[in-house]
Amino acid sequence: MSDASIQTTTDTREAGFGDYFALLKPRVMSLVVFTALVGLLVAPVGVHPIVGLASILFIAVGGGASGALNMWWDADIDRKMRRTQSRPIPSGKVTEGEAFAIGMTLSAMAVVMLGLAANLVAAALLAFTIFFYVVIYTMWLKRWTPQNIVIGGAAGAFPPMIGWAVATGGVSIESVLMFALTFAWTPPHFWALALFTKGDYANAGVPMLTVTHGRKATRAHILGYSLVLAVVAIALGLTSIGGPVYMAITLILNGLFIKGAWDVFRRDDAASDADTHTAERGLFKLSLAYLFLHYGALLIEASLKPFGLGGWG
Amino acid sequence: MAIKVDHELHKRRLSRNIGVGVALILFVGLVYGLTVAKVSDIYKPEPTRAEVSQ
Repeated sequence: MSDASIQTTTDTREAGFGDYFALLKPRVMSLVVFTALVGLLVAPVGVHPIVGLASILFIAVGGGASGALNMWWDADIDRKMRRTQSRPIPSGKVTEGEAFAIGMTLSAMAVVMLGLAANLVAAALLAFTIFFYVVIYTMWLKRWTPQNIVIGGAAGAFPPMIGWAVATGGVSIESVLMFALTFAWTPPHFWALALFTKGDYANAGVPMLTVTHGRKATRAHILGYSLVLAVVAIALGLTSIGGPVYMAITLILNGLFIKGAWDVFRRDDAASDADTHTAERGLFKLSLAYLFLHYGALLIEASLKPFGLGGWG
Repeated sequence: MAIKVDHELHKRRLSRNIGVGVALILFVGLVYGLTVAKVSDIYKPEPTRAEVSQ
């Protein structure tokens, strides 16, 4: 090689490790890790710590892989939305082919390894979660129905169920209600966000409820789902993994959440614009704390059990 | 005179190589740990009759 052949211009197609890691949506992965870990720890059966650690890691890798496949498929709309323009593919750091290859390889590896580390039920649930998020949500429903968030939320709701399956090898009312909690939480969480990030989804042609049915209908939907969410959260507190601490926390949080949703419902766009969407932003922030504190409360109940406390006695 | 090749592109390539290397080493370590955990689970000594009767 001669000196003259040395490349001196910056090649934007050459990605660093961080760019590949960003494909796995680390922020979403942190939610997956946290909820899956709670699902694992609140289960009545213990697992070997190494098995538990490996299982959570493979669930996280599976979740991250589905994020990479989502970015591969959605690269066209990610280029149009301000929020997503800095993602690895739209910014030109990673090619679509690389994202696809990474997503497929990590998905297969995560499912096989979870099957080996834990059991086939957990592996099957992880495989279904990836399939659901990539094929049912990303490829099919996201661009087709304004209920995309509702159905897509199911994919994010599976991790605690998988964590539970790692420990118990099965599915039960507790794990189904943990699924239902995140599932019912997702729509009001995202619609509150959509109410104050105007225009982004409309520009990309994604049928968000705010665009297709209007903002008034979105406010009503938020209130409706908040009521459903309260029923699910309280029902979870009545199962074997709930208890007085969880119940106290859920009653306070659901009271605040319904109050927040009611405030959002009563306002019109003029009032919302006038105070730069204070109520909508407040509900969105509350929704973040809501989920974290609910799973945290389940963890408190589980950690009190060895001392004869926690649960319903 | 030596050619200085420490271009920004090389830094990104290095970070990628190190990242993949570390991930692979961690993966091997995890599989090894899993194997030890699984094997020690299978070959856990049976409780003695005295332990069972207690």
